[in-house]
Amino acid sequence: MAGLELLSDQGYRVDGRRAGELRKIQARMGVFAQADGSAYIEQGNTKALAVVYGPHEIRGSRARALPDRALVNCQYSSATFSTGERKRRPHGDRKSCEMGLQLRQTFEAAILTQLHPRSQIDIYVQADGGTYAACVNAATLAVLDAGIPMRDFVCACSAGFVDGTALADLSHVEEAAGGPQLALALLPASGQIALLEMDARLHEDHLERVLEAAAQAARDVHTLLDRVVRQHVREASILLGD
Amino acid sequence: MKETPLSNCERRFLLRAIEEKKRLDGRQTYDYRNIRISFGTDYGCCIVELGKTRVLGQVSCELVSPKLNRATEGILFFNLELSQMAAPAFEPGRQSDLLVKLNRLMERCLRNSKCIDTESLCVVAGEKVWQIRVDLHLLNHDGNIIDAASIAAIVALCHFRRPDVSVQGDEVTLYTPEERDPVPLSIHHMPICVSFAFFQQGTYLLVDPNEREERVMDGLLVIAMNKHREICTIQSSGGIMLLKDQVLRCSKIAGVKVAEITELILKALENDQKVRKEGGKFGFAESIANQRITAFKMEKAPIDTSDVEEKAEEIIAEAEPPSEVVSTPVLWTPGTAQIGEGVENSWGDLEDSEKEDDEGGGDQAIILDGIKMDTGVEVSDIGSQVYSSNSE
Repeated sequence: MAGLELLSDQGYRVDGRRAGELRKIQARMGVFAQADGSAYIEQGNTKALAVVYGPHEIRGSRARALPDRALVNCQYSSATFSTGERKRRPHGDRKSCEMGLQLRQTFEAAILTQLHPRSQIDIYVQADGGTYAACVNAATLAVLDAGIPMRDFVCACSAGFVDGTALADLSHVEEAAGGPQLALALLPASGQIALLEMDARLHEDHLERVLEAAAQAARDVHTLLDRVVRQHVREASILLGD
Repeated sequence: MKETPLSNCERRFLLRAIEEKKRLDGRQTYDYRNIRISFGTDYGCCIVELGKTRVLGQVSCELVSPKLNRATEGILFFNLELSQMAAPAFEPGRQSDLLVKLNRLMERCLRNSKCIDTESLCVVAGEKVWQIRVDLHLLNHDGNIIDAASIAAIVALCHFRRPDVSVQGDEVTLYTPEERDPVPLSIHHMPICVSFAFFQQGTYLLVDPNEREERVMDGLLVIAMNKHREICTIQSSGGIMLLKDQVLRCSKIAGVKVAEITELILKALENDQKVRKEGGKFGFAESIANQRITAFKMEKAPIDTSDVEEKAEEIIAEAEPPSEVVSTPVLWTPGTAQIGEGVENSWGDLEDSEKEDDEGGGDQAIILDGIKMDTGVEVSDIGSQVYSSNSE
């Protein structure tokens, strides 16, 4: 893809956004009836579905139960039609395992696990286009839909760096171009970073700007998700006739 | 075998020591352990020792057909294995989480940062390219596998020589090492991982945690940089909450450390090159003579022990003498004796309710008391009496 300008002279990106703009986000909560909590999110063309079961009794070996906290179990799988070439193994390969581990780490820190000792919370995410940010946002909404207490929203966003400018919320084209990419999961109220992951070369001096761009984008995502949750609660209370 | 759990007192001891900015092996908070690099006889084989953590790295190459969507680039393949001799907890089939995490981190650090020029590995576009395979084996686990593995990988890649190839029209000639000298890989930069361990919810941080410190840490932050101060990978793990300025501070520290380590690597490579050229002896067999890889030598810990004796004597002189221990046993029946009287039962309420029940049957009360003295309560009270007098 040589010759594709990621950032034009006027400051527009490939899809016409400015450097700090996010893609269009649409989300719905309560998509499945059987699960305790579920959510569906679309970030641009990336779609992610998350489902939460729990807190319930530990399945499998009782020995894994933690006496003072809940066990958080996350699994990630990506649809076989999601990437350019059809994927043969959607489960169990290294990338899926790694994504599952990272999601677990993020949510173990955010969910108040001390309130549910000796129980298990399952989070299953299926994504189309496999970016970490969409998965985390979907999982946050699903956990909220299930009513599990959390410290704060967990909002995630990706950021990149092209031509001296930090870009927020990378699309597939920008990711494939091979520049530096940063994925950040943030708890907006306290500004604490739950997970930070970066690939490809970035000079140390630019790190602060990219971190700041990602943090600002995550806070914008938080505003959007907050609106979705309030809307959902309003709809639910109207149906209940309050 | 399951890992031996860490006892609470050891955990508390380590955490208190870290709060007072002391580490068990005498290092400062930002110090690395000693790094030693040794090379084998083949090109591309090396052993890296970071303190007692040992990683063996081996690079090999093969001509294969390229991937369909990248027809002009060579293939780079990484594999890190946790050998069963590294720690009793590593068993085939039981290590998956750690293994996935380490492998993905190595892949992202070395492949995504494009440290090797993959275009130079192409022989015939679309048909034949070189596949470079880096195998890393962990031989001994004493903490901080990631740093040792990344150093081993980059050293092995720098040391490796691939066979020379010449293309004339449609003809491709592969020369053996005897015909033409093998050619080194073209390496753009050397990314090295630096690990930071966080304790007490991010209040204290240590560089290069050893195995004990890893067990009590809250989380780990890995930053991979090269000597040009470009960050190649950042990865936070373990569920800690970081703040932006902590991350920035760690990246500055990492820059300093990476510069030191890169210098060490370049010097080791230069030494090995010199030895080979002068026809001297090289390879692992040499290590038997100077007791390096094949021996387990403990280094002297950098802790000052010169005035320990005086301090110990001072403490003993100022301490109180231990109190008298009552040691005259009273013999009840053959085989049953009592030393001391035992302390009052602190479960006051329970005794009152028991006494109320016992008042019903007179005979029963005596027998119960007798039993009480033979077993259970008295024995444990004796124990507490003896222990409490010793600790005074």
